[in-house]
Amino acid sequence: MDKMLSIANLKLGFKSHTGVADVLHGISLDIAPGETVALVGESGSGKSVTARIILGLLQRLKTARISGQVMFDGRDLEQLSEAERYALRGTAMSMIFQDPTSALNPVFTIEVLFHEVLKRRHPRMTAGDARARARAALEEVAINEPDRVLQSYSFQLSGGMNQRVMIAMALVNEPKLLLADEPGTALDVTVQAQTLKLMADLVQRHGTSVLFISHNLGVVREFADRVYVIYKGRIVETGPTAQLFDNPGHPYTKALLRAVPRITGGGIPEISEDTGDFYAPMVVHP
Amino acid sequence: MSQPILSVQKLSKTFKVNGHEVKAVADVSFEVMPGECLAVVGESGSGKSTIANMILGIYGPTSGQIVFEGASLPAKRDLSHRRAIQLVQQNPLSALNPRRTIGASLRLALDVHNIGERSGRNQRVGELLEEVGLPADFAKRTPSSLSGGQRQRVAIARALACQSRLVVLDEPTSALDVLVQARVLRLLDELRKARGLTYVFITHDLSVVRNIADRMAVFERGQLVELGETAQIFSAPEHPYTRKLIGAVPVVTIEEQELKDRLTHD
Repeated sequence: MDKMLSIANLKLGFKSHTGVADVLHGISLDIAPGETVALVGESGSGKSVTARIILGLLQRLKTARISGQVMFDGRDLEQLSEAERYALRGTAMSMIFQDPTSALNPVFTIEVLFHEVLKRRHPRMTAGDARARARAALEEVAINEPDRVLQSYSFQLSGGMNQRVMIAMALVNEPKLLLADEPGTALDVTVQAQTLKLMADLVQRHGTSVLFISHNLGVVREFADRVYVIYKGRIVETGPTAQLFDNPGHPYTKALLRAVPRITGGGIPEISEDTGDFYAPMVVHP
Repeated sequence: MSQPILSVQKLSKTFKVNGHEVKAVADVSFEVMPGECLAVVGESGSGKSTIANMILGIYGPTSGQIVFEGASLPAKRDLSHRRAIQLVQQNPLSALNPRRTIGASLRLALDVHNIGERSGRNQRVGELLEEVGLPADFAKRTPSSLSGGQRQRVAIARALACQSRLVVLDEPTSALDVLVQARVLRLLDELRKARGLTYVFITHDLSVVRNIADRMAVFERGQLVELGETAQIFSAPEHPYTRKLIGAVPVVTIEEQELKDRLTHD
């Protein structure tokens, strides 16, 4: 089957006055159409920069040294012009950020923001048509009073409501790939559970591929079809979610899973300082 | 049965927001026994931080009182109260002065509360760092050169420096990575047992609560909705909101999933 996204041997380094600091050491991952794939790691592991490279945002940074291949929907992203890349963002691929309230421009109403997003795909769409499309999109994320929300500014809405608005906005142009960077992490647990459920239902209905970036193993277990575990810029383990959680093979994955406190009890595990075996070869579950 | 170290009695706090009165904490009572870890659990707006701030004396209650070691705590605290009740905050970077070395921050706690001989205090700083698992020479460094977990250890060392008896931990590990979180939680657990400390552990993270708290108090919009032994509440939560909270925790094992399914489908 053709892949929606295919990353091969992606390397990233940042140039500084002391030399190049390597951030990604040649990672490879792929996502099939309609598949939700998680990239799990701790802070500094390289998961968010990977999303930024896919979006083409890091390429504009003068200090970034990027090599490797990123294929999206059959096109090599490095071969595209800046204008072609720009045309992909917000239409064929879109992104949901961790903090929805800071991701929404506070000086425009949600309605105006929706119109702007919709014009990326349909440049001549009128405000009236945009309102109708936005209303339908908000209803899809279980917002009961879409008209009130459309008239509001982001700071007048709760975090959970903003997150739903973000999800609706990210999906309104029917993207083929959704990049979700720690969605819901800033929200309360009950609200996070609801919004992630909504997002999962929506992407399934629309057949959207998702790259789900998270540090939360529990959330990953619930929402991802497949998982890549990333440690210090290297993929250390990958496989279908159930296999990886039932039978983790890499020392780092094992340590991560052991470190998560269980609601069934058992105390706080003893986690040793990281040892060399976190650099063990990658474990691949078929 | 010993006396409670802390007794919160009919505590209420009302804030005025844009001319409206908002009841952040409504008629809440609970006790904390010496050496115990009591988790104060809730989501944003539950009133858990308001309770923490009243225990610390940052502001006083609208009504009700807080009794500490048998005596009612005044609105304005003196030095001995501040010494006995210490705080560890969520974000250690904002809790530590960025311009001061770690050693100077810890030394300040010893100086303010006049703990130990003046000449021995620098050595005491080194010991404190070692007690929280850091090398003594970290005293020379500044907070910006430390990782998040190391900074949180320094904040814990500062709380210990005053030989406090009650420590209010306000989401102490929720900004940390999962491996670091496990190490810091373990340190907190060991320190409590070794020193007979009492913790009021403010958090929204139910899976942490299950493993560190002896008892838990669940808050919803300023109301105490459930209070009891942690293990007991997790096996049979009585209040629907507690059920909902436990049911929303993302989990990693099949046993946990089964527990969640049982709680949410009953």
